[in-house]
Amino acid sequence: MKYLQEYRDPGPCRVLLARIAAAATRPWTIMEICGGQTHAILRHGLDQLLPPSLTLVHGPGCPVCVTPLETIDRALAIAARPGVIFTTFGDMLRVPGSRDDLLRVKSRGGDVRFVDTPLAALDLARRHPDREVVFLAVGFETTAPGNAMAVRQAAREGLTNFSELVSHVLVPPAMAAILGSPANRVQGFLAAGHVCAVMGWREYEPLAARFGVPIVPTGFEPVDLLQGILSCVEMLERGEAGVENRYARIVKRDGNPAARAVVDEVFEVCDRPWRGLGVIPRSGLRLRAAYAAYDAERRFDVGDIAPVEPPECISGEILQGVKKPDQCAAFGRACTPATPLGATMVSSEGACAAYWKYHRRTP
Amino acid sequence: MSDAPDFDRMSCPAPLTGHDTVQLAHGAGGRLSAELIDAHVLPRFRNDLLAKLEDQAVFALPPGRVAFSTDTFVVTPLEFPGGDIGDLAVNGTVNDVAMSGARPLYLSVGLVLEEGLPLALLDRVLGSMERAAREAGVSVVTGDTKVVDRGSCDGMFVNTSGIGVVPDGVSLSAAALRPGDALLISGTIADHGMAVMSVREGLSFRSTIKSDTAALGGLVADLLAAAPGLRALRDPTRGGLATTLNEFARASRVGIRVEDGAVPVRDDTAAACEILGIDPMYVANEGKLVAAVPAGEAAAALAALRAHPLGRGAAVIGEVVAGEPGLVTVRTALGVERILDMPLGLQLPRIC
Repeated sequence: MKYLQEYRDPGPCRVLLARIAAAATRPWTIMEICGGQTHAILRHGLDQLLPPSLTLVHGPGCPVCVTPLETIDRALAIAARPGVIFTTFGDMLRVPGSRDDLLRVKSRGGDVRFVDTPLAALDLARRHPDREVVFLAVGFETTAPGNAMAVRQAAREGLTNFSELVSHVLVPPAMAAILGSPANRVQGFLAAGHVCAVMGWREYEPLAARFGVPIVPTGFEPVDLLQGILSCVEMLERGEAGVENRYARIVKRDGNPAARAVVDEVFEVCDRPWRGLGVIPRSGLRLRAAYAAYDAERRFDVGDIAPVEPPECISGEILQGVKKPDQCAAFGRACTPATPLGATMVSSEGACAAYWKYHRRTP
Repeated sequence: MSDAPDFDRMSCPAPLTGHDTVQLAHGAGGRLSAELIDAHVLPRFRNDLLAKLEDQAVFALPPGRVAFSTDTFVVTPLEFPGGDIGDLAVNGTVNDVAMSGARPLYLSVGLVLEEGLPLALLDRVLGSMERAAREAGVSVVTGDTKVVDRGSCDGMFVNTSGIGVVPDGVSLSAAALRPGDALLISGTIADHGMAVMSVREGLSFRSTIKSDTAALGGLVADLLAAAPGLRALRDPTRGGLATTLNEFARASRVGIRVEDGAVPVRDDTAAACEILGIDPMYVANEGKLVAAVPAGEAAAALAALRAHPLGRGAAVIGEVVAGEPGLVTVRTALGVERILDMPLGLQLPRIC
C-alpha cells in the first residue's frame, strides 16, 4: 500500500539503523513529542534496535493524556444532562474524570456517541434540532482546524443547537516549558509530523535557537521515525541547533495556510492547564468572543467545576520526559489500562499504555 | 335530547390489518402472531421437523458425540456491507459448533423484534438466514419470536443455538497446543469489524470492505481430512486474532510467536484500520478460523485450506513455543519481538 508498505520496509530500516549506530558517538536523549510516534516506536520494536547510548523519552503529545481533568469533569456534567447528545472522538470515552468516565455516563442513560470528525457532530445537530449537540473539542494543532471549521459552519448555517467544549493545546509552549525546566534532560526533539502538517515549522525555529536544540519534524512509520532520529543524532553530534524537516512528503515550512486561517478565525490563544503538567501560559486555544455562542462551557454553565488528581500518579513527570513509565511505583500494580490512575495509562497513545501493551516484560 | 346516540349506525372499529411494520400484537400469541410466523418465517425454513409446529423438534442424531453451542447476536446497523444480522446469526453458531470438529446439523432461532421494525427489513434478514442455513447445510428446526416495546431493543436481536455431531476420533481443544505446533489462519483478518464500522453512524469513512461472514463447516471437514492431528480450532470473532491466540496460549500454558508480516490483511482493511488507529489483530472476523496443527501437518493443512473457496487466503502465521506460558509475542518485520496482549475492551477509534 502506498505510503505504508514502503515506509515499513525492513531493508531501508536496517540501513538507517546502521547509520544511526555509526553516527552516535556519545549518549543522547531525544524526545518524540507525539504519542502516535511513541506507539509506532514500540509497536515496530525500534527502541530495541537503537544503540544503547541513545535514549528516547516520550513527550506530552497525547491529546487524551493532557486534556485537563476539569475539562473531562465538565464534559461528564454536560453529557449527563437530559436533551444533550454528547459527541467526541472514540478514545476520549474511557478517560477518567474525578469519579467517572463518559462510558459510565452513557450506561446511566446519557446520550454519548463517538464520531470521527466534528462535522459528523454538526450533522447530528442538523438532524436533531430539538436536542443540544455538544462536541468535546480537544487535541493539538492537528484537530484544531476541523473543530474550528465545525463552529464556523454552524455559525454560517445559523445552527443554534450545536456547541463545542474546547480544550485545545499547542505544542511549542509545552516544548518551551520542558526545555526551561531545571529537571530537563531532553537534548533534541522529533516534532509531531501531523501538527507540523497544519502549522509548518516556522514557530520551531526560534525555539531551536533559544534553547540550542535540534528539532526534527518526523512522521509515524518506521522509516520516517528512523530518518528523524538519524537527523537529530547527526545534528547533536555536530553541535547544531535548528529545524530539519524529515517528513517532507507531508510537511511544508508554512504548513497548511487554509487550515491555519480557519483556526485563527475561530480560536484565540489562551493559558491552559495540562493534565500532569499544570498551567502553561499561552499554550491553549479557546473560542473567540465572536463565537462565544458556540461555547458549551458557557451554554451549560460548567465553568466552576474543579477536580483533584490521584496523588500517586507521576504522569506529569512522564509527560515531561523526566521519568519513564516503569519508574512509577504504581505502574502495572495499582495502575493498569483496566484501572488507570492517570491519563497516560488510558489513551491508546499514552506512554504508560504503550509500555504496558508492548513492553511490560522488559521495562 | 335532540342528539340522542344513533345506535344503529354505531360499530366497533375493527383492528387494522395489513401492517408494514412489526406490531406488539405480532408477539402476543394470537392471530397476528400466527400470520407473522406463517407469512414471514416458515416459508424460509421449510423442513419436516419445523413444519409440525410442535413446541419442540424431536429427532435422532447420527452416532458420535454431540457438540452444542448458543450465541446471541446484536449488531448496529442490522445490515452492513457483506451481510446482515441474519447470516451472522446462522454462521456464527454454525462456526462455534464446527470449531469442535463437528458437522453442524440443526439450529434453533429465537427472534426478539422491536415494535416498529419494518417487515421488509425482517424479510431481508430472514432471507439471509435461509440462504446461510442452506449454504451451511443446516436445518432450522425450532424457533421463537417475541416483540418488545419500541426502544427496548435495537431493531432486532437474534439468538441461535446449534447442534452437530463430532466424528469419532476427533478431539479438539484450546488446551491441546504443544511447542512446535504451527498456527494457521484461513484468510485475511479484520474484514467484518471494519465493514460494520464503515457504516456506523458518526464515522465518515467510505470503503469497499465487506464482512467475511461465512459458515466454515465444510472448510473444517476438509482440514480434518488433511491434518488428522489437528489440535485446536477457533473462530476469531470478537476481540480478533489477538484474543484467540491469547486464549490458546493460556489454555495450553504455552507461548505463541506470530510473524507480523505473515498475517494476511487486505489493503483496504489495513488502510481503514490505520485511519482509525485500530490494530487489525483486535478486530472481529466472522468467517475465519485459526488452527493449531503439529508442525509435520502444517503443509498439508495449508494446502487443504487453500483448496477451499473460504480458505484461499490461508497462511501459516506463527508457531507454538516453549516460552513463558500464556504469552503471545509478535515478531516485527525488523525481527524484534513484542507482546501481543488481550484487548482491554472496546476498540475505540483514535483522536488523530
